[in-house]
Amino acid sequence: MQNLIKNRAVVDSDSWRLVRSADEEFSIKEDVILPLAVYLERKDTPHEGQVAVWLAPEQDVAELQPHLSELSLIAIDFPAFSDGRGYSHARLLRERHSYQGELRAIGDVLRDQLSYMAQVGFDAFVIRADRDAATALAGLDDFSEQYQATVLQPVPLLRRRVSLIVA
Amino acid sequence: MYKYDEVDFRLVRERVEQFRSQTQRYLAGELSEEEFRPLRLMNGLYIQRHAPMLRVAIPYGHFSSLQMRKLAHIARTYDRGYGHFTTRQNIQFNWPELARVPDILAELADVEMHAIQTSGNCVRNTTTDAFAGVAADELIDGRAYCEIIRQWSTLHPEFAYLPRKFKIAVSGSKDDRAATQVHDIGLHVVRNDAGEVGFRVLVGGGLGRTPIVGKVVREFLPPQHLLTYLDAVLRVYNRYGRRDNKYKARIKILVQAMTVEAFAAKVEDEWLHLKDGPSTLTDADVAYYAGFFTDPAYETLAANPVEFTDKLAEPAFARWVERNTRAHKRAGYRSVVLSLKKTGVPPGDITADQMDAVADMADRFGFGEIRSAHEQNLILPDVEESDLYEVWQLARQHGFATPNIGLLTDIICCPGGDFCDLANARSIPVAEAIQRKFDDLDYLFDLGDIDCNFSGCMNACGHHHIGNIGILGVDKNGQEWYQITLGGSQGNYTAIGKVIGPSFAQADVPAAFEKIMTLYVEQRQDGEHFIETVRRIGLDPFKERVYAKSH
Repeated sequence: MQNLIKNRAVVDSDSWRLVRSADEEFSIKEDVILPLAVYLERKDTPHEGQVAVWLAPEQDVAELQPHLSELSLIAIDFPAFSDGRGYSHARLLRERHSYQGELRAIGDVLRDQLSYMAQVGFDAFVIRADRDAATALAGLDDFSEQYQATVLQPVPLLRRRVSLIVA
Repeated sequence: MYKYDEVDFRLVRERVEQFRSQTQRYLAGELSEEEFRPLRLMNGLYIQRHAPMLRVAIPYGHFSSLQMRKLAHIARTYDRGYGHFTTRQNIQFNWPELARVPDILAELADVEMHAIQTSGNCVRNTTTDAFAGVAADELIDGRAYCEIIRQWSTLHPEFAYLPRKFKIAVSGSKDDRAATQVHDIGLHVVRNDAGEVGFRVLVGGGLGRTPIVGKVVREFLPPQHLLTYLDAVLRVYNRYGRRDNKYKARIKILVQAMTVEAFAAKVEDEWLHLKDGPSTLTDADVAYYAGFFTDPAYETLAANPVEFTDKLAEPAFARWVERNTRAHKRAGYRSVVLSLKKTGVPPGDITADQMDAVADMADRFGFGEIRSAHEQNLILPDVEESDLYEVWQLARQHGFATPNIGLLTDIICCPGGDFCDLANARSIPVAEAIQRKFDDLDYLFDLGDIDCNFSGCMNACGHHHIGNIGILGVDKNGQEWYQITLGGSQGNYTAIGKVIGPSFAQADVPAAFEKIMTLYVEQRQDGEHFIETVRRIGLDPFKERVYAKSH
């Protein structure tokens, strides 16, 4: 997979292959990221490579709950950058379901979204193919602080402020 | 007033640099028009009919003389010497140059201002009662919560790409002056039977194409749960609000589709997971923010000093005091409303020189504090009664003393087709024609309290649905026509007005208004306000009068 940012660095080689549709063929030796329906259907089918899953905005992360311990990667699709549902999915996976593996943003993912995506729990970003990942990397550092409690900073700014004053 | 600390400054400056980079990449062709659009909108920048339009946030309508002078400087340096106050208590500049907008934002950051989320499908500027903290009828001062909400909503990473825009209003007074019932979320600061302060939470109100009055989803929310509950409401909306049709994307449509009971249950489910989490407010948190909203150094004064009451013998001054000042919680003080509704000036417009004059008046007479009201007027919240006469003279000198606050000519009005790309019709010249029709002050005073709201299109920026008399500009085969509604109201008895019949050509609007007002004067009983007469006799007599064939 190309154009990948992972753990704050551009990654040149990545073994994961994104399987976009149910009728797309792949070999059992490949590391694959499958659509939710295909993933659930193939749960008991032997596969030699690693298996991951990707979610569309309208799908419910709760469906993955029983399988989270087996997943080392979950991808969340942004069909358009203006579709913000994936941000809620990421927080739910991290905060409610305590998912610890890689959370990868795929689809219409551009530099200017990265800061918010990182705050809600994404740690890998596949930058849209026509844009350069190395340039997009700067987007992760747009902000050095945030007001809210989120995955990156679970204590809201107001609490940190007030505790400084009280201390 | 809230004061930025190092972190607040750092964040707005980082935002300026982020936008500078975005603007440069757009101008260099590295960001497409479509990609730049939501980014610029989230910084309040529209591309309008003539030029870009920049909307600057005035959080819950509070600002200082220092900030006002900066706005004047921006109007002079980057614009054509004026600005326009909006119904979200913000200010707009109509003529900035795109490439210089990052510099404007940098100047704003120096005085603790920004344009973050003044447009776009995100949480917008939180609004409240323009008289918060000083009103005689205030039950609870909600401004600490307004600031807490402002910070929570600013650059919220989860809710930057909502289905549609999202507006929150807070009210803590007996009379709701913040139009909370027509907001995506309306928060009433209330006291429960045990005497504890909390919020009544309304969701799903809004104007636009589908005007709906908000519904109560929670009768009493203890204040420590404010942010977790807001997160829950926003998350349900972010996940389930419609994204396939922008006209059906507001939260009101989701609430309507789910029913308010089902929506409230869904929010409660979500909230159970968030409740008592890290965003739960402590007493110390609330006290910290409330500490920014303490009283200024009021003098101990007697009410009605002679210097003030003697001058009331002057009818023009007495008239101004009656209409353009409001009762204050402290004896010997009043709040002064500076009218931005002078006939011949587009409602809400203000020149750079006038901005400086307001700043000077605020410094001299009112602790340097200024408020903007959603009715598009400005307020000096704390003026000593003994200074009112001098304030009035200065207000007259600078064109703010039209004694029409709350009267028919205090028209709430969007910029309309003269400036806005979305508008179907011009609003400014029609508003002016109405103001000219009712230029006799005695008659205007006799007509009494009338909210007149005017929108140039269905998006309803001029809140026409909740005007006692509302006007909506419509397009008929490329021509501008105007629909009149009656019976709308804001506040505690919020109601959506009803259209009285076929729309009018521009030239016929003032005459229709005149017929409506004549009938009201004929029909009113015992000092009834216009809206009360409309409610009592209904729309039919007005329809008959307005559409009667002339003989």
